[in-house]
Amino acid sequence: MLFFVETVISGLLAGVMYSLVALGFVLIFKASGVFNFAQGVMALFAGLTLAGFLSGTVPFTHQINPALAMPPWLAILATVGVMILLAILIERLVLRHLINQEPIILFMMTLGLAYVLEGAGDLLWGSDVKVLDLGLPSGASDWLLDNYGLYVDKLEVVAAVVAAVLVAVLAIFFQRTRIGRALRAVADDHQAALSVGISLNTIWAIVWAAAGIVALVAGIMWGAKSGIQFSLSLIALKALPVLILGGFDSVPGAIVGGLIIGVGEKVAEVYLGPFVGGAIENWFAYMLALAFLLVRPEGLFGEKIIRRV
Amino acid sequence: MPRFRLMKPATTAALAVMAAGTAGAYELVIPALDFRTGPYAPNGIPFANGYADYFTMLNERDGGLCLKEGECAKFKIVHCETEYNTQKGVECYEKTKGEPPSGGLVYQPLSTGITYQLIPKASVDEIPVFSMGYGRTSATNGRVFKWIFNPPATYWSQASALIKYIGDREGGIENLKGKKIHLLYHNSAYGREPIRTLEALAKKHGFEFNGIAVDHPGQEQKSAWLRIRRERPDWVLMWGWGVMNQVAIKEAVSIRYPMDRFIGVWWSGSENDVRPSGEAAKGYLSGTFHARGADFPAHRDIIKYVYDGGKAVDPAFKDRVGEVLYNRGLVAAMWTTEAIRTAMKMHNTIEVRGKHVRDGFENLDVDEARLKELGLEGFTIPVKITCENHEGPGKVAIQQWDGKSWNIVSEGYYEPDREVVNRLIKEDSEKYAKDNNITPRDC
Repeated sequence: MLFFVETVISGLLAGVMYSLVALGFVLIFKASGVFNFAQGVMALFAGLTLAGFLSGTVPFTHQINPALAMPPWLAILATVGVMILLAILIERLVLRHLINQEPIILFMMTLGLAYVLEGAGDLLWGSDVKVLDLGLPSGASDWLLDNYGLYVDKLEVVAAVVAAVLVAVLAIFFQRTRIGRALRAVADDHQAALSVGISLNTIWAIVWAAAGIVALVAGIMWGAKSGIQFSLSLIALKALPVLILGGFDSVPGAIVGGLIIGVGEKVAEVYLGPFVGGAIENWFAYMLALAFLLVRPEGLFGEKIIRRV
Repeated sequence: MPRFRLMKPATTAALAVMAAGTAGAYELVIPALDFRTGPYAPNGIPFANGYADYFTMLNERDGGLCLKEGECAKFKIVHCETEYNTQKGVECYEKTKGEPPSGGLVYQPLSTGITYQLIPKASVDEIPVFSMGYGRTSATNGRVFKWIFNPPATYWSQASALIKYIGDREGGIENLKGKKIHLLYHNSAYGREPIRTLEALAKKHGFEFNGIAVDHPGQEQKSAWLRIRRERPDWVLMWGWGVMNQVAIKEAVSIRYPMDRFIGVWWSGSENDVRPSGEAAKGYLSGTFHARGADFPAHRDIIKYVYDGGKAVDPAFKDRVGEVLYNRGLVAAMWTTEAIRTAMKMHNTIEVRGKHVRDGFENLDVDEARLKELGLEGFTIPVKITCENHEGPGKVAIQQWDGKSWNIVSEGYYEPDREVVNRLIKEDSEKYAKDNNITPRDC
């Protein structure tokens, strides 16, 4: 029984890690109806930039100059600045020219953006594994392990707390602020939003900046597990079933979807895996999401779209 | 003015053609199937640098590879990015195999998946494949696999050597009876390669064997480690690559698995793999077939002629020369050049082609004395290839991470379990020959 509890807790905490990535997708989809294929690469780019600032890496040369190394708080602030700047650049150079285009065009744009960002990250900071030392706890909770024989990863507990704070902030932002309401209006209809005086350009820059900051949080949490490296961009694949299940435009959906996927895949892998050759958690997550899709195509918390025919 | 602009490149091209046509301009084409981008780049870069730097050093120091004084051919390294992707690897092979003047002389795919694809192609194109310590193990049977070479040891030899090491640690191989040994493996052709051997060894020695697959890329392994925590194996072996290694080592630390009972294949034992865990990974073990460090004359020449001479393909790497995967690239280049040198001597020409280099590989004999001449004394094991045995010695050493660097801790190199490994090689290669209508040649 204790092992089952441990499996469920590990699944819930892993699910939170997936949710952190899924949140970035939700933000951009909610505000612009665009599925941002580059979200995983944004997490990688933010992580590389943070690791570069922390170590004092000189961009483009990949040489480390200890005199340039920033303390963690300053490095995080500087990375937030870079992600905001990146959002402004994306808006100015790309999005501005694609207003009123079909969603598939915007999706293709994010596909291209993913490759550009991956290449830029490589050029700026190099491809080797970077250790992310922000003083985050790692390993099992000694207290739980020694007293109850229960294994809980401290880093994942921190990630859960961070995700909770992030969701609260985003919920307040979307529901209570003027910009949040404007974001929702833009998501509903670009032209209608423009007609009531909402600046589409400003809104897009804001939402991409917010998604960039969420990507930084995801990059930190995943990077603390494995070091910052290019495989980090593939974490986006973990967010997809979460989005299908929770709904592409729902912040609570990203969280609940993550938890269901996390627990589902861990329980399946641990209890079912040994009988079918193992390594089933990846496809099991997609299978679970597809099963939900058959019943609720808009996801658990997604907005039900009613069209007049 | 526009006319002048057109003429200048035309003149340069004409001069280049003339130069290529003169005697002594023959170049030895070495296709380098690198992966400097993508999720496995952190491992691909050091290997690619070590591989390229050795050839460049010979070009700069000796004027290439010489048959006799004044009769030398320089290496021409042709880089092609595979991203560790099998399809791209095959594209790179097709793109580079005809590169003039010599054509691709030998392929080092650095991927078991790519190697499997190249095995039938290389035989038709008459180009040897040197899958150093990876790829299809049964290709060691030279009677069936004429064009494939996999020295100094295969995955099956390594798996059996690791079991011998575990036997020693348990106070004798007979004490393995009743022990539990788990294999955590990358769910790919590479990761699945040792399973067959470990199953045969489990039957022979009476230990319980279980395999746990981890899907590409291996960023999330919680379920696997929950199973390990529940089943509490006495030893865990790992056939991992890239981020899978770093995450596995972190997870092992996290569940307090004893690190000195956790052994990685030689592709799971580089600085990159343990760096994110640092001190906590202290005690972690891995197989190897060469030393780490840059304190060898060959390395000093690389620094002098390649990095200080401004010829390095990756100048920022200078401080990392001597890392485990860099040295692996270097040792691959060393055995490759020795095979080409042997081919030149055998055919008495510097203008060797792939088929000649194959002969060079089949007669490769790099002993201690030769290693000393090459500035690599004590760096690796002597290798002798024969028509029948394309693997060579099959010996494996064990190295351990001390929190700061890797050190060889085994007393010498472990011999593989020839009784088990040779039987499996015979079975598998004969089946391959039958399936592909190959008549094994006489050796």
